[in-house]
Amino acid sequence: MENPGITSYNVSASPHIKDSSSTSDIMRDVLIAMLPTTVYGIWQFGLNSLIVVVLTVATAVLAEYLYQKFMKKPSTIRDLSAAVTGLILALNMPPEIPVWIPMLGAVFAIIVVKQFYGGIGQNWMNPALAARCFLLISFALRMTNFTSKRLGYDSLSGATPLAAQKQAADAISSATAGAASGGYTLMNMFIGRVPGTIGEVSKIALLIGAAYLLYKKVISLRIPLAYILTVIVFTFVFGNHTLTFVMGHLLGGGLIFGAFFMATDYTTTPITPSGQIIYGICVGILTSLFRMFGGSAEGVSYAIIIGNILYPLIEKMTIPKPFGRRAKA
Amino acid sequence: MEKYTERLYNGIVKENPTFRLMLGMCPTLAVTTSLINGFGMGASTLAVLAFSNLLISALRNVIPDRVRIPAFIVIVASLVTVVDLLMKGFVPSLYAALGIYIPLIVVNCIILGRAESYASKNTPGLSFMDGLGMGMGFTIALSCIGAVRELLGAGSVLGHQIIPDDYHISIFVLAPGAFFVLSLLTALQNKLKFPSATNVKKDDESTGCGCGCAGCSVGCTDTADSK
Repeated sequence: MENPGITSYNVSASPHIKDSSSTSDIMRDVLIAMLPTTVYGIWQFGLNSLIVVVLTVATAVLAEYLYQKFMKKPSTIRDLSAAVTGLILALNMPPEIPVWIPMLGAVFAIIVVKQFYGGIGQNWMNPALAARCFLLISFALRMTNFTSKRLGYDSLSGATPLAAQKQAADAISSATAGAASGGYTLMNMFIGRVPGTIGEVSKIALLIGAAYLLYKKVISLRIPLAYILTVIVFTFVFGNHTLTFVMGHLLGGGLIFGAFFMATDYTTTPITPSGQIIYGICVGILTSLFRMFGGSAEGVSYAIIIGNILYPLIEKMTIPKPFGRRAKA
Repeated sequence: MEKYTERLYNGIVKENPTFRLMLGMCPTLAVTTSLINGFGMGASTLAVLAFSNLLISALRNVIPDRVRIPAFIVIVASLVTVVDLLMKGFVPSLYAALGIYIPLIVVNCIILGRAESYASKNTPGLSFMDGLGMGMGFTIALSCIGAVRELLGAGSVLGHQIIPDDYHISIFVLAPGAFFVLSLLTALQNKLKFPSATNVKKDDESTGCGCGCAGCSVGCTDTADSK
């Protein structure tokens, strides 16, 4: 105790960041940001989608609570991350899905994808998307059945604008395909008067939520912008060079939802700025590839999941050089 | 006599090749899409394993040490050819379902592992029983995994439908399902603290083969009873 003046200060190691934000604040903001599209989806698709949303979120939270209670771990349901996972999963469901399917998916997302790897911050794959792919593989027919009696699309094939566009492109030569995105106007696609999953249809509601997240600095524009721009460029170059075709890809499927809410998950995306841009471009290229040359119309989920697997490599590639360190000879 | 039955118990429970030694993962993951496929794979491996152990043990003083691996492979490959042709002739549907995995029994690491670590050091009678025990352990494990996958993925047991079509989680009969079922069984085993290749310490060689297929040249049975 030669120097009592110094020992009384307990200084932590740098960086000395002072910020009051916490996981639960961020998750709450994400939930708020998804509120407009949730409300729109429920308003448009009716009672079943409300049941799906409520029960999926409840199942996700309950699964996390029970697992942690059973494994004698501290409970993390208060940080709302399980609720966010449940809500994203619910918004990825077709409106008329039997509710036990998303509930099963929520259990899979929380227990297998998240908790088995160590809980929040440890999962290497977006839990909600992993669960969606799990359900898509297991219940392919019902997961791609977008008929909605309430919307009056049961008489039509109930195909999403993107699927309609793909069918048209496959049926006729691609030169005439993009002329109309299966009869859905751009305005309807933008507002959301089209078939699709509960949360992906209304682009305007999604953009309102995204603007809130950007305003609160929960997400940055790097990943979504790199992602969306890549898809626009790719679909324009390799499509039929028409604006309608590009707009169909931009607004017809889950691109906006995926880019702002699913590709920006903190745990499974790079933290370096240049890495985020590379990640966005990678996912964008994969999405366009899957959509244009793959078997199914939609490719956002698989693209983001593959991006999740790539992110440690991208991060390793883009480690910033500390100030003052010399470049490698 | 007790020595012989002990070999059976050892193969089925104490050193179960799938759940304890983590050997033969390739057929375990690939062919267990249904109970009958898992059982068929296990049974054909059992036949090859028992007789290869018997032959290798009988020839163990004749085979020069430096060329023992090629010699073992020749013996195993001959037996696999016999099994392959027999299955093709008598159970063509199972043969078609198992496909390439029947010829691949030649390179199954359980067979080479038992030849190297047991049959080349013990008498023919004991080696035959050891092969029988290991083969039965493998068969039971594969049948268990196959039964779970068939029940969840196709809703049936031995082809008899139990769960209606609407409730099949078909991912379980696809490749990811194999990993889910095997990893959950292994996780359960770790949780219950049964010894397996994944939860024993390196220096505690109670299973001997802790380092996977490559490590199989170490004597499993020599150290197995030390714990």
